[in-house]
Formats: sequence, C-alpha cells, structure tokens
Amino acid sequence: MSDLTLSVQNLSKSFRISHLSGGLGGYRTLHEELTTLPRRMINRLRGNGKSTSETFWALRNVSFDVNAGEVLGIIGSNGAGKSTLLKILNRITEPTLGGVDIYGRVGALLEVGTGFHPELTGRENIFLNGAILGMTRAEIKRKFDEIVAFAEVERFLDTPVKRYSSGMYVRLAFAVAAHLDPEILLIDEVLAVGDAEFQKKCLAKMEDVATKEGRTVIFVSHNMDAVCHLCSRCVLLRNGEIEKTGSASEVVANYLGGEQQELPTIEFPAIDSDASFRFAGLYRSEQEAANSFSVNEPILLNCSFNVRRQIEGLQLSFSVFNFKGERIFYSSVSMAKPAISVEAPGEHNITAVIPAHLLLPGRYSITIALHTPKTKLYDVRKHALGFRILATMLDRYDGFSGDDLGHVYANVKWQRANERGARSAISETVSVSAAS
Amino acid sequence: MSSFSTLATVSSGPTTVAYAEPTAPTSAAPRPSRTPTLRLRPTKGWAALNLRELWSYRDLLWILVERNIKVIHKQTALGMTWVALQPLIAAVILALIAGRVAKLPSDGTPHLLFVFCGLTIWNYFSQTAQRSSTSLINNAQLVSKVYFPRMLIPLSHTFSALVDFAVTLVMLFVFMAVYHIAPTLRLLAIPGFLFLTAITATGVALWFSSLSVKYRDTNYALPLFLQIWMWASAVIYPTSMIDSSLWQTLFALNPVVGFVEGFRWCVLGHSALTPTMLWITIGMSVLILVTGAFFFRRVERDFADII
Repeated sequence: MSDLTLSVQNLSKSFRISHLSGGLGGYRTLHEELTTLPRRMINRLRGNGKSTSETFWALRNVSFDVNAGEVLGIIGSNGAGKSTLLKILNRITEPTLGGVDIYGRVGALLEVGTGFHPELTGRENIFLNGAILGMTRAEIKRKFDEIVAFAEVERFLDTPVKRYSSGMYVRLAFAVAAHLDPEILLIDEVLAVGDAEFQKKCLAKMEDVATKEGRTVIFVSHNMDAVCHLCSRCVLLRNGEIEKTGSASEVVANYLGGEQQELPTIEFPAIDSDASFRFAGLYRSEQEAANSFSVNEPILLNCSFNVRRQIEGLQLSFSVFNFKGERIFYSSVSMAKPAISVEAPGEHNITAVIPAHLLLPGRYSITIALHTPKTKLYDVRKHALGFRILATMLDRYDGFSGDDLGHVYANVKWQRANERGARSAISETVSVSAAS
Repeated sequence: MSSFSTLATVSSGPTTVAYAEPTAPTSAAPRPSRTPTLRLRPTKGWAALNLRELWSYRDLLWILVERNIKVIHKQTALGMTWVALQPLIAAVILALIAGRVAKLPSDGTPHLLFVFCGLTIWNYFSQTAQRSSTSLINNAQLVSKVYFPRMLIPLSHTFSALVDFAVTLVMLFVFMAVYHIAPTLRLLAIPGFLFLTAITATGVALWFSSLSVKYRDTNYALPLFLQIWMWASAVIYPTSMIDSSLWQTLFALNPVVGFVEGFRWCVLGHSALTPTMLWITIGMSVLILVTGAFFFRRVERDFADII
C-alpha cells in the first residue's frame, strides 16, 4: 500500500542571465537602469534586444512521483539542477512552467544553520530556527529536550552560538531540522560537514525518519555511498533533465559509469568574498591541460585566485575524492616546504603536484577551498574538477578492473626470499631507504 | 491513513504508521482523490495577500520580534539607555533650532516639550520604516534558503520598534510632569494614532524593502527621504502655522501630519487636526499599506533569485 506524497509534473525553471558589462552578477543600480534605458529601448526597437540577456533552463520537463516512506535520492554533477529542484519543492523559488502537488508538510534542511543568529544563545536559536522551519512554539517546547540531547549541547544552552565550535553548530542545526516531523523532509548535502561520528548519527536518524515513521525523504548528495545505503529510489539529473530513474544502485552505477565530459580547466565567476577563485585546471605538463592521466604520471593542479585584503592564516587547500565520494587525501599550501604564503592581497597563482604512483585507476574529483583553518571559509568549489586515472600496460591492475582493490596505488617492492631468509631481505631494503 | 495535516496544525502525537510490507518502488501510483495540501504553480501578475498563511506563521513573527529586540542592543555598553538618549539629544537640538534660531511657533507650549512630543511619534515611524527596509537584505541568508511568508521580516520591525516607542513615551510623561501638563482622558486615544502610524510605516517599509532587493540604492535614498519627510511634516512646527484652512487640509495628504497632530492633541490638548484631515490621514495610511502589501506580494516570488 503506497500513498503519493509528492508529485512533480513537467517542472521547468528558467533564469535570465543578463550580459551586462561590469557590475556584479545581476545587481543593477537605479542609476544603471536609467542610464542604459535609452540604449535598451533602441535595441528593442531594432529587434536585437535579446543580445543583452538570454534564458537559461535550470530544469526542463522534470516529472516524478514519490510515495510515503520512500527515500528518494537525487544525484547529478554540479549544475545539473538538483539544488534548483529542492528550492522549488521548498517554495523558495517558483517554477516557470509545470508544477508540483504536495500532500503534507514539507521540512527542509538546505544548509546547516540558516536562521541561526550568532548573538543569540543556543536555547533562543532552537526556538528561532524551529519557527523558521515551520514549527509552532508549542511544538518546539515539546521537542526541546529531545533536540538538545541529540545535539549534545546541554552545557552550552545559554551561550551565544557565535562561541560554539563549528561541530556544535552543525549538530544543533541538524537536530532542530531532524525533529521537525514533516511528512516530507528535503535534505541537501548537509552531511559534508561534521565529524564522521556525527555523520553516522545523522544518516541513522534519516533512516529512522523514513522507515520507522513512514515519512518521505528527498536526499541530494554527492556521497554515493550514502545514497546507495539510504535511498530506495534515485533520480539522475543531467543539464536540468532527468536522465534516469530507478533503483538507487542501478542509477548510481549509471551515473558513475556514464561518459562525463568534464573539462580539464574551469573559470569561476566572481563572487563577493575577500578571497575567491578565478581559475582551476589540471595539467599534464605546463602547457597541456588534461583530465585523464596514467598511473605513472604526476598531475599538476593549477589554481589562481584573488585575495582582496591581507588575511592572516589564509590557506589554499584541496581534497581528492574517489567515485564513491570518499576523501582520499587532503593537502594545503601550509604543508609546503619551504612554506608558501597566500595571505597577501592580490592575484595568486599556485600549482600543486600530485605525485605519480599514488592513485589507483578510476574516477576522481577535486574540491578546492580558500579558508583559514577552523575559522572561516572564503570560497569552496566542491568537486570542481574531475579526472580519470587510466590503467597502463605496465601496471598490473588491468586484469582486476572493476574489483575493489582499495584506495591507493602502492608501489610495493616484491622479491623472492633467498636462502638467507626473509628477514635479511627486509632489513636490506630498510637500510637502503634510510640511507637514501 | 496517516494524518496529512494542514500546514497550520501540528500532526498530533506519534504518527507511527505500520507499513505491513516494504513499499515497492512504484512510479505509477494511483492519483489520490484527496486534494494536495499544496499546489506549486507559476503565478503571474498580482497575487492574493494570503493573510491566512501569514496568520498561521504568527509564532514565527513573535520569535522574530523577540530576536530583533534582543539583538539590537547586544554588545553595547549602554544597552537600552540608547533608546532614551537618542530622542532626548535630538529633541534638545531641534528645540534649540526651532525655538531660538528659527523662532517657529509652538502653539504656546514650551519648545522642548512640543518638539519631544512630535519626535516621540515620528521616531517610531522612521525607525520602523528604516529598520524594516533593510531587513530583507540583512536576512538574505534566510530568504534564499528557507520558505516562510517573507512579509514577516519587515513586519517584525513594526512590532519590535514599539519597545523604543514605549521607552520614549514614558520619558514624555516625565516631561509632562515637569512642565505641569495634566494628563487627560485624551491620552486614551494614543493607541488609535499609534495604530495609524504603524500601518503607514509598515506600508512604507513594504514598498522600500521590496524595492531594496532589486535596487540597493534604496539603502542610501531612504534615510535622506525620511529626513526630508520629517521637515515636510509638522514634527517640530505646528500645522497651525499654515494660514489657509484649505492648505491645512491638503497638508494632511501627507499622513505623517495627521498622526503627529493627532498625537499632539492627545498629549498637549491642542491641535489643528480637523475631522476632515483625520479622514484623509486614515485614507492615505490604508492606501500606502494596501498598495505596499500588493506590490510586495507581486515581487516577492523573485526575491530568492535576485537577492
């Protein structure tokens, strides 16, 4: 027996991108509007008014149904329309065409801690955030103890949240949203933050919400492990359209195996931050941009970014993720020897070399960030770049393609133990590497 | 079946529904006969005000009001003292200018009292208008991440500014005692004029806050606009300065004149306010509020995309 709780019908959403010279994004001042008015009117009269703006379809003809008790995963690469879809379901923005029928109350956790006010205490913020998410005061009171226990912040209830550690902040935010008791819970990539222990707790809670309480969960994530584990069904979006719907494992396999035309370089539009990325790219050599490498090639990651003012302790860092969304390693400019500082204002251009013989053949993605450790994130580009490590004839992984062989390429020395015995062979190797 | 409650009510108690069998992934579920709780469709043109939804979110309104009050004086050494200090200093300066320099009439009342009386109600108006006009931008995080009736954000300032008004009102009563002005039953009419002030201020705030989402210019224009508005209204001079009664009546097209004069009538007992002027004021206030609300609703749907 199944109950339809959400029905999306031919949903489309378009944005108008204006091609105005100068100015940040879509902001126009009244002055600009007035001074460009004559030109725009002339353009319109001449019939080429379209040259100043174009329509971009973030979602096109998306239709699907979700039933009660189902956990639906939504996956797709960046810019596929996942977040736009969630924003429409959550009524933050309106569809351009088509529509959605919702049977029940919708609760959403689109970003951790929205609606938290740093000056207010934990207790006050629980009420504020709960009310913003759509709870009544009585309802919050009823759930208060449960929320506090889940977030593990009892001792800090009367401390302003600006003094909270980032972990406490996230725990409290998730706790409020998870106790919202909506019929439909929308969750967007919130589990990227918080420690592993807490992520596990969150996933367990989401599972409970769906299976024990029979509610509907719509879950957007890059973490394919979590999607496979949690979701009964999955929708794959590509360029605003549904590419595939089906069982989670099937769709995830399709997504991971699918031909991905990822560009080796990417330029970023300006954002309003004191430190922001301009460009990132992967190179084989100084000239040659590439997105597939062989195991025995080093990979050059080049980033350029702009720092607006002196930022004490600013770091450029990146992480490499495997196709399941698991982090393989992290590195930041502070680990460089000799040290490289990116604190000074101006344009920086930094290249990191990922050594050869490190990654197994497979698909990887790179997230880059500009941040001051544990305090502030200036710019982060999640999974901005993707690349492939190809198996070559020389490395012997060929015969195992598709098998789970672990996370890293280990350049293991093998040798036959001779008559002198195994131990002497090992001590020989150790003494050689110690000497070099 | 399980309780698909409406938005306003809380799904009562534990709604553990026993699902006998794991639901098969059905993409072709029978279309239910019950009506959806919510239909999301593109809207065009003017939208309804949807006051019922606003009412269902009243808890959030109070919590936002509470937040505004708590936050505004956090980490200031003088705290709430600022609320008293600001109008006091402004009144002293303006009374000196009006009484000594410009030698404006004050209908026989001591200048300081006359000006303070006008400022009490004007400050409530300008503070509400000013704080709520920037409120949407200040809460851009909320507007682009969570759904709730956006009108609540500017509206919350209409209520939270009442705290400042109450403090100033108490000071005004002290002034009255100092100048030996006996309180009369007319004071009971203060809430009426306060209400008029509140709806005008809310109307102005709705206009400006919705404009500010698209045009940041409003942040610069509004303080200037309010300053001019103050001088153009009978805040530190009486309407009786104007000789012709026809012009006095036309002066009331500026609703601020109506409620400032009305407030002065409550406190000081004399005013040029006529019933005609009062009706014009009421009409203008309602007009500003209603047009502001409809304009807000019309542009509201794009807020998240352009803020």
